[in-house]
Amino acid sequence: MAQEELNKAVSGEYEIGFEIDIEADTVPPGLSEDVIRFISAKKEEPSWMLDLRLQAYKKWQTMQEPHWGHVTYEPIDYQSISYFSAPKQAPSSLDEVDPKILDAYKKLGIPLEEQNQLQGIAVDAVVDSVSVKTTYTDELQKHGIIFCSISEAIRDYPELVQKYMFSVVPMNDNFYAALNSAVFTDGTFVYIPKGVRCPMELSTYFRINALNTGQFERTLIVADEGSFVSYNEGCSAPTRDENQLHAAVVELVVMKDAQIKYSTIQNWYPGDENGKGGIYNFVTKRALCKGENSKISWAQVETGSAITWKYPSCILQGDNSTGEFYSVAVTTLAQQADTGTKMIHLGKNTNSTIISKGISAMKGQNTYRGLVKIAGKASNARNYSECDSLLIGDKCGAHTFPYLENKNARAQVEHEATTTKISDEQLFYLRQRGISEEDAVNMIVHGFCKEVFNKLPMEYAVEAKALLNLTLEGSVG
Amino acid sequence: MSNNIMDIQDLHAKIGEKEILKGLNLSLEAGKVHVIMGPNGAGKSTLSKAIVGHYDIEVTKGNIRYKDKDIVSMEPEERALEGIFMSFQNPVEVPGVNNAYFLRTAVNAKRKFQGLEELNAAEFLRAAKKLVVELGMKPEMLNRSLNQGFSGGEKKRNETLQMMMLEPDFIILDEIDSGLDIDALRAVSEGINRMKDGKRTFLIITHYSRILDYIAPDYVHVLKDGKIIKTAGSELVAELEETGYGALEES
Repeated sequence: MAQEELNKAVSGEYEIGFEIDIEADTVPPGLSEDVIRFISAKKEEPSWMLDLRLQAYKKWQTMQEPHWGHVTYEPIDYQSISYFSAPKQAPSSLDEVDPKILDAYKKLGIPLEEQNQLQGIAVDAVVDSVSVKTTYTDELQKHGIIFCSISEAIRDYPELVQKYMFSVVPMNDNFYAALNSAVFTDGTFVYIPKGVRCPMELSTYFRINALNTGQFERTLIVADEGSFVSYNEGCSAPTRDENQLHAAVVELVVMKDAQIKYSTIQNWYPGDENGKGGIYNFVTKRALCKGENSKISWAQVETGSAITWKYPSCILQGDNSTGEFYSVAVTTLAQQADTGTKMIHLGKNTNSTIISKGISAMKGQNTYRGLVKIAGKASNARNYSECDSLLIGDKCGAHTFPYLENKNARAQVEHEATTTKISDEQLFYLRQRGISEEDAVNMIVHGFCKEVFNKLPMEYAVEAKALLNLTLEGSVG
Repeated sequence: MSNNIMDIQDLHAKIGEKEILKGLNLSLEAGKVHVIMGPNGAGKSTLSKAIVGHYDIEVTKGNIRYKDKDIVSMEPEERALEGIFMSFQNPVEVPGVNNAYFLRTAVNAKRKFQGLEELNAAEFLRAAKKLVVELGMKPEMLNRSLNQGFSGGEKKRNETLQMMMLEPDFIILDEIDSGLDIDALRAVSEGINRMKDGKRTFLIITHYSRILDYIAPDYVHVLKDGKIIKTAGSELVAELEETGYGALEES
């Protein structure tokens, strides 16, 4: 049995590949200083922001596209991408949001009417290049929490943005970060003041909609001393034959005794089984644990995109700070993922944990790439890494590239890696007990991912499991 | 109408290119304990795998009628839901899958098939914990990953637990006594004996008679070279111990 049935099971339909039929303002494809000036003007940005964008653009022009990832794709023509697309109606309240967008979000399971939402989750909805709606802002403001689009933040909170933007991911950090710095359009800004525990989950839902448009969002979250926030992002895009570029930058700053939990459920359109279409997801995510006892926890479930290239990282600068990375990456169809993390231990007694679960099916290629770097001053630093790969079928691949640089003799580093195959024997055992083949595959895959799902907020863990089932649907008969 | 739960007729089955069962005929009376004995390589495991629909086995000819239906083309889970259970010789480890969650899923799949209401977590645990104690298992076994790191004895007890929870009609015990110490053998046998209710049918596959000191068979079937060559009562066990399989000729 097995192979064919498995293939059926792992080629689940992408059910959210619909297009929202809205009128949009889209600039013609191409990148130039004029386009950047146009974006900045559209966003009514102050001149300092435009200057920074133009600096980034100059740097980007001198940089080379990186090719060290274990992925292959046709060259990207950066002049064929449109860098700005916005739904035409600019809403100022929910009543003014285009009903088609409300509908679309409803279909995605994210109603934007506050009274209809899951209890205690505030949402920033970003379509293509703009934020269309941020909910619960008033409620959050009572606690001094700022939760708004990055465009608003640039206008309304320039001192915070100037202080922290580019402080974790410099504009010339890498090719895609530089591109993003020049052309970023929207994204989310969060500031949690000292000692405040954010009373609800914050989330951003990104939707790429327009054709031939890149999405370049920028997220900046600052957790001031002793604060806590749990933030989640979700992503989806229509089914299209063309590849679309998504090059985001996420910067997190965590002060003394503060904590950020950052969860991602990434479900960009993956393309078809022959590798046609799908999102190129080239993302730079980095957190700075700036103060003592600060903590950052990344949890990601990556099921979408034709190509994923991302390494949510932690710079553990404060003494006793903690970085965690929990990841499930699924590649099926012809998807390729090169993902992992970097844990940079600078402070004393810093602690990091990496749990990475890669699942490959059909022609999927899954690569874990991770760096654990322990600086000379990071005495008693500790890292534990575990990278497990699960193969479904025999045309897929799993690759692991763990790097370690240790300059401190009193640091402790552990690494474990396993590669297993869902065996016919396991499936048969469960089926002999009356469990259908599809449920059996799901059960084994969920078991494999358990340590990561346990780290997601509950609603998202449920969503992640459902998404995983859908993605792997059809690998069974 | 016969009182047989299973009738196997002219069964030919191969593993890869090799034919293992060569026209096997076997009738199994319902509610009885049947033992299949035979030398290594005779086809005992192949027979049990053919009954449960294992992927290694290709049935090329003949049929297996169970409850008056030919099951040869049925999926393994369909056969299981119809009441066929096999206790595996070497149960596979499934990391990360919680033993209790797995067992509840299986129990509820069966209940759903039977049109019964599914058990909630509390109802399930109450029933399972009681059996766990009776089988001499540590209660934490329910919270561990399915079979992962279980000793040989723990695996067999866990198989017995599944059998008792699923309440099957037709139970295949494939070398259940292999690798068991005397305490485990006793606990497993007691569990099996409690399942004997005059309606359930047992098919015990063994090449030792050790388990038969604890579970009294009604019929003994001798399998040799891919065929059943003799069927008799429990007295055949002692006879075989004395003379071995070599003395038996096809009857």
